[in-house]
Amino acid sequence: MQLNLALAQITTKLGDVQANLAAHLNLLDEAKRQDADLVVFPELSLTGYVLQDLVPSVAHKPTDDDPVFKHLLKASQDLDLVVGFVDEDSRHRFYIASAYLSGGKVLHVHHKVYLPTYGLFDEGRFFAWGDSIRAFDTRFGRMGLLICEDFWHASPPYLLWLDGADVFLLSSSSPGRGLNDNEKLESARWVERVNQTYASLFTSFVAHTNRVGYEDGLHFWGGATVFDPNGELLVKGPYHEEALTFATLDLNQLHRTRARLPLLRDERTHLVEQELKRILSK
Amino acid sequence: MIDLSINTDLARKILTGFIESEIARVGFSRGVINLSGGLDSALSCALAAEALGSENVLALRLPYHTSSSESLEHAQMVIEQFKVQSETIDITDMVDPFIQRDPQMSNVRKGNIMARARMILLYDQTEAFNGLAIGTSNKTEILLGYSTLWGDSAAAMNPIGDLYKTQARQLARAMGIPSVIIDKPPSADLWVGQTDEDELGFTYEEVDKLLYLLVDQRYSPQECVEAGFGQLFVEKVVTLIRRTQFKRMLPPIAKISNRTVGYDFLYLRDWGT
Repeated sequence: MQLNLALAQITTKLGDVQANLAAHLNLLDEAKRQDADLVVFPELSLTGYVLQDLVPSVAHKPTDDDPVFKHLLKASQDLDLVVGFVDEDSRHRFYIASAYLSGGKVLHVHHKVYLPTYGLFDEGRFFAWGDSIRAFDTRFGRMGLLICEDFWHASPPYLLWLDGADVFLLSSSSPGRGLNDNEKLESARWVERVNQTYASLFTSFVAHTNRVGYEDGLHFWGGATVFDPNGELLVKGPYHEEALTFATLDLNQLHRTRARLPLLRDERTHLVEQELKRILSK
Repeated sequence: MIDLSINTDLARKILTGFIESEIARVGFSRGVINLSGGLDSALSCALAAEALGSENVLALRLPYHTSSSESLEHAQMVIEQFKVQSETIDITDMVDPFIQRDPQMSNVRKGNIMARARMILLYDQTEAFNGLAIGTSNKTEILLGYSTLWGDSAAAMNPIGDLYKTQARQLARAMGIPSVIIDKPPSADLWVGQTDEDELGFTYEEVDKLLYLLVDQRYSPQECVEAGFGQLFVEKVVTLIRRTQFKRMLPPIAKISNRTVGYDFLYLRDWGT
């Protein structure tokens, strides 16, 4: 089976959900015209990234009576999509969230579990921490969603892998930093290196969409990528520019790679459990 | 070995994108810049011309009667090379009435008056030209506080504020700024014979490497001494950074309410754009 994936590295208007929704719907039309099956938008694609005190005013619920999600759910009748937003739960906690929509339904919502609150980041001040990491079934097989700092830690991708994800959909609003004489920023090199590593170690597809544009002095570097289960780069979006980057994922590659390299078969999860228990009981 | 070299293509891409974004998103298309004849303003002007188009950049030459003729000529070279619009306004008539009020006035006070007179003209021209003020401060002088508060430090945005002076030189070379501007001793040209390095007491080459360790690499002062920098030099720079922190912030507001600008009223400048 093949999956026509489109990675939408967009810029956003900070705090203007209606304008960002309109941009999403335009791009979904464009992706549909080009036969995409699934479009992945970046982290907080409906709101912008450095929200600070805007958080409560841009939050939405991923339900069909929500004024924003009703349009996205309608669009998902034609093609699947992953959108980034601020989720407000019934107890009024706010999460950085990604939702997978398909066939007019919400298949899965992931709440970011690692909120960077150091250096230039201040997410823990404004958001609640997510507390679950789950894979979910789609019409293209089992997948997992992670958001930016989630995959700067090794455990969330590892847990998704054990929970059955064969396609990892990663989204970011990653501010570019670390300019030296290399042709890429340090932050871009780091993210590309770990994503390639996850694809290799987990013999899985790893797709990453990062936004572009500026918020005050921060810039977001784009550079969407898809790595295949052999750890090879399938496609690469441009840096610093808006783009819709297409990749055709041959899902049978999972069969071929894992026949050659049975890392998943041989993973000793009970050993991991045993040693984790020992370490945590110290 | 401390290597401050940068990929100039990448820097150019990010900084021109920044200028374009920060001007366009608030409904403008033009920028105004004070062109001193020195490296930093030449570089900022070149970046602005590339980002906005030459015709959308107004470069101001604002000489005082003691300013060196070389500064004016170098500014003119930049104007012609990058084909930006320009205006020359002599600030002597604005500045002298202030200076004449006190015959004992120090060079620093005179320099501050000139820098602030130039700020007034810069902001006045932004209104006339329908543009935003583009700043020209580099990371070295921002960290050392080597500027006049509300004078040359005043601007709507600062494209080169995260480049050390030696990195600004690299980018200037890559953008084709004339070498006579890049290679001359940096000077605020506020009085005859003034140079930055004489006034500061060290060279940009030296201090940029020290600042890189202290600020970017988070070395302690003691670790900098162990890395080969002189103890007195390190102490002097550390003190300068600390004592000029006020120049890098808006004035603190005394908090008495539940929600106060600067503490818990937090929005980016780009809010809604």
